[in-house]
Amino acid sequence: MPDDKELFDTRSSSKMLANRIPMTAATDEAVLEMQSAAVDGEVLQKKPFGFLFWFALSFVGIVLFSAVLANVLPLQNPNFGHFTDLNQGPSSAHLLGTDDLGRDILARLVFGARVSLIVGFLGVAIGLVFGGSAGLVSGYRGGRLDIALNAFSFIILAFPAIVAVIAIVTFWGASLFHITIILGIATIPLMYRVIRASSLAFAQRDFVVAAKTMGATNTRIVLREILPNVIPVMVTFSLITVAGLIVIEGTLAFLGLSVALPTPSWGNLINEGSSNGLLSINPLIMLWPAMAMFTLLWSINLIGDRLRQRFDLREGVL
Amino acid sequence: MGRRSGGRTLEFKDAGTQVGPLLVVDDVHTSFRTARGTVRAVDGVSFDVHEGKTLGIVGESGSGKTVLARSIMGLLPPRDVIRSGTVHFAGHELTAMDDKDLRQVWGAELSMIFQDPMTALNPVKRIGVQIAESLILHLDMDKKEAGSTAVELLRSVGIPSPEDRVKWYPFQLSGGMRQRVMIAIALACAPRLVLADEPTTGLDVTVQAQILDLLAELQRERHMAVILVTHDLGVVASRADDIIVMYAGRVVERAPTHTLFHDTKMPYTRALMDSIPRLADPSGVRLNAIAGRPPDLINPPDGCRFAPRCPYAQDKCRESEPPLRTVGSADHLFACWFPLVDGESTVPPVPVSISAPVTPGPESSGASDI
Repeated sequence: MPDDKELFDTRSSSKMLANRIPMTAATDEAVLEMQSAAVDGEVLQKKPFGFLFWFALSFVGIVLFSAVLANVLPLQNPNFGHFTDLNQGPSSAHLLGTDDLGRDILARLVFGARVSLIVGFLGVAIGLVFGGSAGLVSGYRGGRLDIALNAFSFIILAFPAIVAVIAIVTFWGASLFHITIILGIATIPLMYRVIRASSLAFAQRDFVVAAKTMGATNTRIVLREILPNVIPVMVTFSLITVAGLIVIEGTLAFLGLSVALPTPSWGNLINEGSSNGLLSINPLIMLWPAMAMFTLLWSINLIGDRLRQRFDLREGVL
Repeated sequence: MGRRSGGRTLEFKDAGTQVGPLLVVDDVHTSFRTARGTVRAVDGVSFDVHEGKTLGIVGESGSGKTVLARSIMGLLPPRDVIRSGTVHFAGHELTAMDDKDLRQVWGAELSMIFQDPMTALNPVKRIGVQIAESLILHLDMDKKEAGSTAVELLRSVGIPSPEDRVKWYPFQLSGGMRQRVMIAIALACAPRLVLADEPTTGLDVTVQAQILDLLAELQRERHMAVILVTHDLGVVASRADDIIVMYAGRVVERAPTHTLFHDTKMPYTRALMDSIPRLADPSGVRLNAIAGRPPDLINPPDGCRFAPRCPYAQDKCRESEPPLRTVGSADHLFACWFPLVDGESTVPPVPVSISAPVTPGPESSGASDI
């Protein structure tokens, strides 16, 4: 049975040992300097976004800019037919040429972008506001609320969205407003599920409990502790969903279920260009909007992916 | 958040004017309902802490010390928990409060330092902001004032050039530095009791000593009471005024620190002390590990819960459970039928049989760590 004296002696000797190492503020300072140097180095060495990212960002920027300012920009009337210039190729008068009714394709493309972008971004905004907030709360609170919302989201998701949208548009009437609302509602359960999962992961973490022990209210915890952590996921998924909604709008337009003609939307333009045997006479009518849509979707997905890579803390420095 | 100050409904006296103990824990039981049965993680624990004092709570993994700390704070999960007993803090019954009232106590009067500084800080917020938040919340400071106070707090926990560090994110700091930030957050609003749940477990030994010394220094300056939860008797030996030794959800020995080390009564406490490796030992000496594992808290053994692992266990130990009692000095409590006298047992040691039924540890139930 070792006596207590020995026990204490040992402790003091190990303490002396610790004291002999000059573990003072000076070493802390040195350690921190090294760390800060390392961190600065990290910043310098951070992988650049790359040419493709900036190209994608500029493309999305140009599309957004021209769609917003379509009325101000020196564009021709998208619905006016130059009957003497049918099916023209690109020229100085019509930069992208004209369609089978002599309408300026560039003007139609720019005005058509409005429909695609409104449906995409507004639809996602609806999904984010309702699905996102429900997901945040549901993931944090858990319990019966979570079970109920979760079950509800599964019920909605179990229904094939595109079929539901086609059915509703057919009965309710195809207008930009209706399509945006319907696609927005269809986005809610998707947003809910993704953000709930993310919120749930953070709700169990120590820093949430720590915030609670510092007297933070539930509202505060959700908004100030969990939300900032969820935002990277939210941004990436939102961008992907914007692209998804633009495709769905295009699909509806292609089936003639989007905004009524002659109002242009990219789906409408593709639909027009591929019908009545136009594809063999003037393939450019369909090619331009198809290329525009492809490049926009590719750009949005690429931006979302690169942002995720950059801001994903788990893959990064931790 | 000035609006919350208007809703402050609880009155707290100034530090130093407390009559009687600051914290009174009375017969706290906390159990978890699991698929296998009810896990009695904390089973009838009582103690009190006086203002400015340090209480060490020691026990091995699964002894219920973390659950006890969380029971005191009121941080238990809302479902599948059975709890009883009361916790009084500065005259207010914490166990009877709803979250709204608890939020006035948490942070401002009673705060907690977490075990793992790697996960207890929000990774996407600057440390200055994280410190300033509770100042704004509890002390009604404006943003600027809270910001400069955060700098001072960082300075007081020994972080060099705090003016720059407030803008840093947690990932830019080492473990020791993060734990210093955690301490700064916990102490920001000058609480009267700090619950430190294994504050140094994730840190290496030299940093451990620094952090504990820092905590002790701030405690003296601010006249705080501290509950230091740890599995390491060495951590509390030189820092606690009183020590509670827990085993299988119960207090098995409770004494002032000096008494506990010099007049150990409970064989379990002795075994814990013996298991500390000694620098003076020649190399090659085997560590004195305690044979076996802590009992299953769903079906704890009859009698003394340490009996299956105790070298001095007699038939009586296996039949009836020893009460927490005292011999001589009133502040030395222990739960043992055959207490050690001057460090020696009054009964001959019986070798602990290796073939003793091994019951699954409480970890396997999944409820010991909430």
